[in-house]
Amino acid sequence: MAVNNSQRNRIISDQEAENISRLEELAYEIKVSEVMTSKLISFSPDTKMKEVLEVFRQKRISGAPIVSSQGDLIGLISMEDLIRCLTDSDLNAKIDKYMTTKLITILPTDPVIEASKKFVSTNFGRLPIIDKDQRLVGMITKGDINRGLLRALETDYQEEEIRKYRASHLFEDIESDRSSLILRYQIQQDDFEDGGRASSNIKRALIRLGASKQIARRCGIAIYEAEMNLIIHTTEGGVLRVEIEPHQITIDAYDYGPGIKDIDLAMKPGYSTASDAIREMGFGAGMGLINISRCVDQMKLESIWGKGSRLKMRLFLDSEYNKDRLENQTS
Amino acid sequence: MILGLQVKMILGDLVKIVGGTVLTVSFDENEVVLGGCGADLMSDVLASIEPGAVLLTGLCNPQVIRTAQMADVAAVVLVRGKKPPQSTIDLANLEKIPLITSPLGMFELCGRLYVAGLPSLEKSVADHPECGCE
Repeated sequence: MAVNNSQRNRIISDQEAENISRLEELAYEIKVSEVMTSKLISFSPDTKMKEVLEVFRQKRISGAPIVSSQGDLIGLISMEDLIRCLTDSDLNAKIDKYMTTKLITILPTDPVIEASKKFVSTNFGRLPIIDKDQRLVGMITKGDINRGLLRALETDYQEEEIRKYRASHLFEDIESDRSSLILRYQIQQDDFEDGGRASSNIKRALIRLGASKQIARRCGIAIYEAEMNLIIHTTEGGVLRVEIEPHQITIDAYDYGPGIKDIDLAMKPGYSTASDAIREMGFGAGMGLINISRCVDQMKLESIWGKGSRLKMRLFLDSEYNKDRLENQTS
Repeated sequence: MILGLQVKMILGDLVKIVGGTVLTVSFDENEVVLGGCGADLMSDVLASIEPGAVLLTGLCNPQVIRTAQMADVAAVVLVRGKKPPQSTIDLANLEKIPLITSPLGMFELCGRLYVAGLPSLEKSVADHPECGCE
């Protein structure tokens, strides 16, 4: 149980870590006008403090702006001011005796992070929002910010879930005699630094489309080996083309030279024409094609020396279940 | 200390055992490591490693991280105190693969982890049945 608990804690802290950075982003993206309260309860300057007490109690609020008859903001009254008034037993006094006139305001177009900064630097509980014409358009509290951010996070999460769902049901949603999704990547020769980027994108796409971890892994390894072959061995780079269908994945890796002199030899475990430099980088062990053949259900290598090579690979998705079952039985 | 006793090892413990330094931002000390694999040839890794293993390697170019990502490796430990190029660390952060460097050599590292109960997750390459695609 202890293990379970610590695992649960770990998962939460991970999500929290992710959400914190997203929250920070949102705090910059969301505008004050999106989270502020614009239906305001306000007082006129000649309101008596006992009326303030009554309104605070009835409306369950802890602060409000004081606005002149022309609509200009002249002050703020808070629970703290009311407590000072109560201590003085001065409820018959007018609001302007106790209100705060030192006002820190913020624009409706400011990002929420600006409001947060002002809350931290001033220690105020609420800020009035003033438009360009100096008119009061709303109030914002820390609670408004939290609610606004949470709402945005929730929307984000829902949109992500919908995207995932749509991607994994892509083929069910589209009616045709034969649907397929084709991904194409240009691979540069000698581009060792970026090597594997296409494979990485393909693996991610497969998982997004709802492929199992095993299929994504087998595909990823096969395509990565093929991609590295294009980088290491070709003179003019090549192309990776992946066709995804509901029942199979077809991968085509082709290039325009130099081609393979002896395919049987190239297929032999341990045989490689790679340079020492490539070997030092961890490749060229002569295992690439063998690895590929182990990961895919069908593989065909064609090449004409001086022209180029074409490696075709295929994975059957329907057979995965049967294959897994077979493996489990034998092991 | 019982040889071959399999225990659940988490990344935090692994770092202590290998006397390592974590180089990536993405690091969850409670993540479970299922086993280990040591190799410098990436094709060997791709051919033999099973998912969820820690990869011990002397290679430190970005391809190590790509390989780790393709083969569902749980973490990468660089041996003999190797300092990888920034591009490797950047890619590890991007793909969320924990990257650790240890001052110890490959043999010592494998030994320490094995004694601590971490099983091998290297399949023999000869074990594979032919796929029948010739």
